[in-house]
Amino acid sequence: MSMRNRVVDLYKNLYHMGKEYPGGSKWFHDRLKLAFSKNKDVQDVTQIEQLIARGEFVIKEIEALYSLRKYRAMKQRYYDKDDEVMQATKKFEDSVQKL
Amino acid sequence: MKILVGVKRVVDYAVKIRVKPDRSGVVTEGVQHSMNPFDEIALEEAVKLKEKKLATEVVAFSLGGPKSAEVLRTALAKGADKAIHVQVSDDEAGKLESFHVAKTLQKIVEQEKFDAVFLGKQAIDDDSSQTAPILAGLLDWPQALYASKVEEGGSGHMKVTREIDGGLDTIKVKVPFVLSADLRLNEPRYATLPNIMKAKKKPLKNIPIKDLGVDITPQTETVEVTEPPVRKAGGFVEDVSALVAKLKEKGFVKA
Repeated sequence: MSMRNRVVDLYKNLYHMGKEYPGGSKWFHDRLKLAFSKNKDVQDVTQIEQLIARGEFVIKEIEALYSLRKYRAMKQRYYDKDDEVMQATKKFEDSVQKL
Repeated sequence: MKILVGVKRVVDYAVKIRVKPDRSGVVTEGVQHSMNPFDEIALEEAVKLKEKKLATEVVAFSLGGPKSAEVLRTALAKGADKAIHVQVSDDEAGKLESFHVAKTLQKIVEQEKFDAVFLGKQAIDDDSSQTAPILAGLLDWPQALYASKVEEGGSGHMKVTREIDGGLDTIKVKVPFVLSADLRLNEPRYATLPNIMKAKKKPLKNIPIKDLGVDITPQTETVEVTEPPVRKAGGFVEDVSALVAKLKEKGFVKA
C-alpha cells in the first residue's frame, strides 16, 4: 500500500471511530480534519510514519474509551453494588468476625 | 465445536428511552439501535474460543425485523463466520417473546447441528433473561448461565465459572450445551472499518419464519408501559428538633 493510501485509510478509520463519540461526532470530526490538514505538507517519510503511528494509537484509545463507557453503563444499571464497595464490605465483615 | 450465537437488535444503551404517549410501548422509530451488549460479550467469547482453536465455526443468529440484518453484519465484522437471519415483520418483531426465540433457535440447532449456543444473559430492552434456560430445556442440553469464565474441561466437557449471589460457582458441562454470558466474561472488541468492509463478503442467510414452522402467536399482552416515577425533591429543616418532629410525623421514629 502506498503512503498516501495508508494516510487516507487512517483518516477513514478515525472518521468511523468518531461516529459514536460521546456528546456528538461533530467535535471529533472537526478536530480530526484539523489535525490532518495541519500536517498536510509533511514530506519526510519517517515523520509521516510517526504521525500514522500516532493516529493508530488514537484509534486504540477511543476503542478503550467506548468499551469502558459501555461497561460502566451496564455495571451501573445491572449491578447495583460497586466491586470496591463489596470488597471493602467483605474486609470489614471478616475483621468483625475476628473480634 | 460449532457455536451458534444469538444476537438481538435493541435500542442503543446510550439512548434515553421514551414511552409512547398512548402507553403501548417505547419509542423505537428514528432511535439508534445496536447489538445487545450482553450478546456482544457472548459473541466475543465464541470468537475467542475459535481463535484458541477450541471452536471451528461461529455462526451469528438473529430473530427480528428486516433491520436485524444490521446487527448481524456487525456480528460478522466482530468475527462471526456466517449469519442466519430469521425474518419476521417489524410488527411481529415487537411482540416476540423469549419462548419464540428459543423455539426458533431450537429449529436452527436441529437443522444445522451445533455443539453450543451462546447467548447474552439478558437483553437490555425486555430484561427477561429467559431465552437461554428455555432453549436448554427445549433441547434437553445442560446450561451454563451467567458465565464469567469459560475453559476447556477435558473429555468433551467445558469448565464454566458462573457469577451467582455472593460468589462464584464452577461447573463442568457436557458438550453440547447452552451458555449465557455475564458482564465480566470478556471485553468485546470494536467493529473496525476494515472488518466491516470484509464482513460484507461473508454469507448472511435469510429465512422467513414460516419456513421454520415456528408459531409466534403472542402469549402475553402488554397492558401498559409507563415511565418510572420521578424522584421527588427533598426539603430542608431548620434544626434538629424540626427534623425529629418531621421524622415522628412520618412515623420513622417512635414518639
